[in-house]
Amino acid sequence: MSESLTCDVVVVGAGMVGAACALYASRAGLDVTVVDRGPVAGGTTGAGEGNLLVSDKEPGPELDLALYSLRLWRELAGEIGDLVEYESKGGLVVAATPASLAALGALTAAQRRAGVTATEVGADRLPEYEPHLAAGLAGAVHHPQDAQVMPALAAAHVLRISGARLLTGRTVTGVLRDAAGTVRGVRTDRGAVHAPSVVNAAGVWGGELAAHAGVSLPVAPRRGFVLVTEPLPPRIRHKVYAAEYVQDVAGGTAALRTSPVVEGTAAGPVLIGASRERVGFDRTPSLPALRALAAGATRLFPFLAGVRAVRAYAGFRPYLPDHLPAIGPDPRAPGLLHACGHEGAGIGLSTGTGRLIAQVLTGAEPALDLAPFRPDRFPASAPTARPATETGEAR
Amino acid sequence: MSAREPSARPGPGCTRSFTVTFDGREIEVLPGRTVAAALLAAGVTSWRTTRRAGRPRGVFCGIGVCFDCLVTVNGRPGQRACLRPARPGDVIRTEEGTGHAD
Amino acid sequence: MRTDLVVIGAGPAGLAAALAADARGTRVAVLDAGPAPGGQIHRQPPAGADTAAATAPPHVRRTWRSLAAALAASTVTVLTEHHVWCVEPGFTVHALCGPGQDEPVAVRAAAVLLATGGYEKVLPFPGWTLPGVLTAGGAQALLKGALTAPGQRAVVAGTGPLLLPVATALAAAGTEVAALVESAGPTALLRHGPALAAKAPEGAWHAARLLRHRVPVLTRHTVVRAHGSAALTGVTVAALDRAGHVRPGSERLLHCDTLAVGHGMLPHTDLAGSLGCPLDGSAVRVDAEQRTGVPGVWAAGEATGVGGAALALAEGHIAGRSAAARLRGAAPDPAGWSAAARARRTLRAGAAALDAVFAPPAGWARQVTDDTVVCRCEDVTAGAVREAVDRLGAEDLRTVKLLTRAGMGWCQGRMCHPGIAGLTGCPPVPPRALPARPVPLGVLARQATEEGTA
Repeated sequence: MSESLTCDVVVVGAGMVGAACALYASRAGLDVTVVDRGPVAGGTTGAGEGNLLVSDKEPGPELDLALYSLRLWRELAGEIGDLVEYESKGGLVVAATPASLAALGALTAAQRRAGVTATEVGADRLPEYEPHLAAGLAGAVHHPQDAQVMPALAAAHVLRISGARLLTGRTVTGVLRDAAGTVRGVRTDRGAVHAPSVVNAAGVWGGELAAHAGVSLPVAPRRGFVLVTEPLPPRIRHKVYAAEYVQDVAGGTAALRTSPVVEGTAAGPVLIGASRERVGFDRTPSLPALRALAAGATRLFPFLAGVRAVRAYAGFRPYLPDHLPAIGPDPRAPGLLHACGHEGAGIGLSTGTGRLIAQVLTGAEPALDLAPFRPDRFPASAPTARPATETGEAR
Repeated sequence: MSAREPSARPGPGCTRSFTVTFDGREIEVLPGRTVAAALLAAGVTSWRTTRRAGRPRGVFCGIGVCFDCLVTVNGRPGQRACLRPARPGDVIRTEEGTGHAD
Repeated sequence: MRTDLVVIGAGPAGLAAALAADARGTRVAVLDAGPAPGGQIHRQPPAGADTAAATAPPHVRRTWRSLAAALAASTVTVLTEHHVWCVEPGFTVHALCGPGQDEPVAVRAAAVLLATGGYEKVLPFPGWTLPGVLTAGGAQALLKGALTAPGQRAVVAGTGPLLLPVATALAAAGTEVAALVESAGPTALLRHGPALAAKAPEGAWHAARLLRHRVPVLTRHTVVRAHGSAALTGVTVAALDRAGHVRPGSERLLHCDTLAVGHGMLPHTDLAGSLGCPLDGSAVRVDAEQRTGVPGVWAAGEATGVGGAALALAEGHIAGRSAAARLRGAAPDPAGWSAAARARRTLRAGAAALDAVFAPPAGWARQVTDDTVVCRCEDVTAGAVREAVDRLGAEDLRTVKLLTRAGMGWCQGRMCHPGIAGLTGCPPVPPRALPARPVPLGVLARQATEEGTA
């Protein structure tokens, strides 16, 4: 079956970022088509925990985007909060030693100056926040703004309320450009979609889509595993993670890094992260990574030692060398906009990203300065994305 | 063949029954039975309620695949009744929801 | 513990493989979750129990006697009550032991042979979650392993060669069998007679017993609903037309406290999947020597495609001989196993014919009302699954799972995925799980002790 469609904007990618771009573009009055070679939430969105976090971000453009996005998430929650399991649960960043507590305190002070709400929690008051937390921790910081959604449900419902045309199972095989180089839509394996604007929300495959338009964007996959436990009653109230997690997020090493991130879910199971390693698109389960996750989680919550893990899954964070996403128009290919490379923060940053993209599409003044997110900020000699061929399947 | 059977199994000719309790009630069990077989033999068909709809469940696949027969044994929730051998004195309890105390 | 070959599963395939390798000088350890070797088909009654009620047909008993005798005369190490949750490349086989399955054990080996067997497929219908409804294989396991009948009055229903032995075993154990309800038609069964020849002696033996116990047989019928609130009180059965749809007006109620139901078997492929062994459809892909696509990993029996115990024996024998030769660094000589290879060819053809005869009725999904729970672990209804497909854009089982939680629970979709695939038209996908069984985080967090060194 082949058909030709015309609309105002084509969003490539039916994950959370693509869904948010579709929602805000539609609400700005644009006729939107979303194309994905897989199903809804088939990539990073379907493999994550659904974090909406400010606590793990250092002051700067990403934190500004996170705060902006959180405000939009709260608005959305009024509309579809229950459907997407929106939970304003708060985060608790715990420090094991006085040294890491001091470093955490410095970060918290800087975050406060940037508009983050945070409260220091002394070791003696930790049980009030998390009764099952291990004894002997040095202290923690409570971040009431941190929240969570069920990411696949969020993408599906945001797409549904956007009213955008959804073409899943359709692979983009090329970006249409006219003689002057201006983008005119996309070619897919089942016909063309014509539009004056194309939004690259292809996540880990964003580099591949950029290449179709003749530009480079060095998105690389950074693998993470999540361990899922048997269902439990609500025992872990916050998203709880070790202060070392912030350094791991910011680190660029290819080797396996794990720092414990533990949280309950509305559905019952506890989710345990977070590992980071750059190994391409290899989904083969890695027992060493799972062991490290289990060890970290049981150190934070000793009761988890007797709780069973029922499954583990891998996902790939779309990673750019400076850990910032690419958001906004690409001057190298007029008509092409990027909204990808959010690494492990895409669910949280999706709403702000989508709103910014809609502002650019409608000629409005962007609410945030897009300069730090410029897609052409990487030197031409920067390593390009490895060929984005998926070796595993998303199962 | 060198067999290693971690569980103490009664030797040939041993047919002495023993007792366990189910929700406080004494149940007579023949040796070598699983918890599920012991409960069914005592006329108990359900020993779990689901955590969402609170519906009763008992044995379903009978070979450890479906996890429908989860039951609490000696204070440990989430034991598959169809696999777990009944042992003298086992305290078996109906499992509600996740089986874990809030 | 270190050995040359670890065989996972002590059913016919695993034992035949272990014996064949052992006879050729290979050190073999067989791990099985059960309390004794034999697998589901040769599940033995508890030691010391009155075995008069044991109901295996004569040829099955004969096969077991010779397997057990060969095993006793061998140097094969059998590790029972070992629940394998992971095979690490290299290979380290991780298992859980103890009554609570929380004591870790590791066995190292140069090669692994997966004889993990199969499990029963059950398609959903209204009322199938009621206590008293169990799988046909589950009823058989209770009868064989505990000499325990699940109830007083039973209906055996669904489709497949397992229903007949289950009905006869229930009847022999003193359960009143109200009906054997088979969705395949009698002429289909007859037409494929030659292909069923391998099953004929067994079938005749069971059929005679059915007659003796006066069990009514309803072919081209199906159970459309199970009734009861706290437990099963009866089932509605209905006739099917030739297209596989319920004939309106043919419904009638059968009182029963037990429904043993099954719609065929599926291979256990978790361990194969987590090792990266390629699958063909739902089964592990193997070559003529029963080697999987991963070097050092063999597979045999139901895991490579459901075909029954005789096929499992033939495949296991070939796999064991191949593994023994390859572990010595030699190429095996297929001429040595030509009889097993011939049996394998014939039995695989027979299994394919059985699959064609015992297909679930075409219209089964229509009987699944929106309020029917399809995912037993997470209480997800057919309505929620249909909504995920119709309104939220799910087109595959993974997305249905993400949007509804169907398949996210304890069983990881093993029970519900075939039904959901049928309801939605999504392609069936075998579960691919690590851990293959739930494992305590405390066990995962520390290195396991090796078997024999603990």
